[in-house]
Amino acid sequence: MAHLTYEESKKSAMRIIIILGIITICEVLFALLGKGYLKEGIEFPPAILGGVMIIMSVVKAYLIIFEFMHMKYEAPGLAKSVLLPTLLLVWGVIAFTWEGSDWFKRRDKIKTSNEQPVKDVKVGSIYDPATTRNIG
Amino acid sequence: MATVETAAHSDTHDMSGDSWSGGAQPFKASYGKLMMWYFLVSDAFTFAGFLISYGALRFSMPTWPVPDFVFSTTPFNGHGLPLVFVTVMTFILLASSFTMVRAVQEGHQENKRGVVKWMILTIIGGLMFLGCQAWEWNKLIGEEHMTIKQDPFGTHTEAGVYLAGDGHYVEEGDTFKAGESYLVHKHDGEWAPLDYKVTEGADAGIVKSQSLGPKAFGALFFFITGFHGFHVFSGVLIMLIVTINAATGLYSKRKNGYEMIEKVGLYWHFVDLVWVFVFLLFYLL
Repeated sequence: MAHLTYEESKKSAMRIIIILGIITICEVLFALLGKGYLKEGIEFPPAILGGVMIIMSVVKAYLIIFEFMHMKYEAPGLAKSVLLPTLLLVWGVIAFTWEGSDWFKRRDKIKTSNEQPVKDVKVGSIYDPATTRNIG
Repeated sequence: MATVETAAHSDTHDMSGDSWSGGAQPFKASYGKLMMWYFLVSDAFTFAGFLISYGALRFSMPTWPVPDFVFSTTPFNGHGLPLVFVTVMTFILLASSFTMVRAVQEGHQENKRGVVKWMILTIIGGLMFLGCQAWEWNKLIGEEHMTIKQDPFGTHTEAGVYLAGDGHYVEEGDTFKAGESYLVHKHDGEWAPLDYKVTEGADAGIVKSQSLGPKAFGALFFFITGFHGFHVFSGVLIMLIVTINAATGLYSKRKNGYEMIEKVGLYWHFVDLVWVFVFLLFYLL
């Protein structure tokens, strides 16, 4: 359990908080610079901008969990039982952003199909997907 | 981390086949600490549900309010200062996380005065964060009229020029480029969007009117930062109780290295951890 002396752990906490602060400042500067707010004309592609900021946030999360919350010094089983279930969220993020971008694509489809005239459907007639306007 | 090995921990090293009698601690962690970890896992999933739905809705919208425009005011009439105030908020929360680490360390030293001192600083940090959030919300609701149903922050999709009420061009600051943001103001309780004439692209020459931004933005912002703020608020309450208990000497009698402070510390760091992602998704991206 105890891997650091009191003095060492005090120093380590100071070091970690300074690193966290520096990463935060970098994130903010990067966000402002990348969107062209600090200097006219400099802009990064959104994928690189987002990717770098996500990586920096994950590094911050790692430092908070492993250093501040002492996950580093816990039994490996505890660390696994806490961290492995959260990996399921990776799929959640992929699946729902994927789905979200599909909703975005469908927006135009819905709009154009809404502009088309609605075909007459006789009461009692059998629903035929081939002739009836498909909203999807 | 404890330099003072606790009685409970030294017991666990010697489990001579006695695992079923209830004496052994799983993962060498006490019941309270282990359960705090598992509570945090479940809480992480709750926040993830919120943030993932934010991601899905944001991806489905043609435009999204630009954070550098939405969050560009500070107290004392600061304008056009993108992300400055929220960066200060982030630093307050980070600093309170650091003071919490120090409180836990003093707890391991069985130093009551140190624990109480650093805990009070952590509580002050939490209260400062809540105060900042209250100011931010007040600004958005009271002055900019953002609600959970309406989002006055829009973004132009094409370049153009603003028109005055009589159809003439507005002289000052009248042109804008695609991607620039605007805030629809309210006059006498009614939305007053400006008219503009498109100058480029397929719709050039057509007069259009500003529209409100994506509806989901307000609901997502208030529910997610509100849920986080509620965690900060409950954290402050729990820390107050724990600090009073520590000051009265309750935890020093337990001789377990102020484990209660450590458990509350886990919760507080988790609140900071969630803020890292709220900050990333709402303010940075």
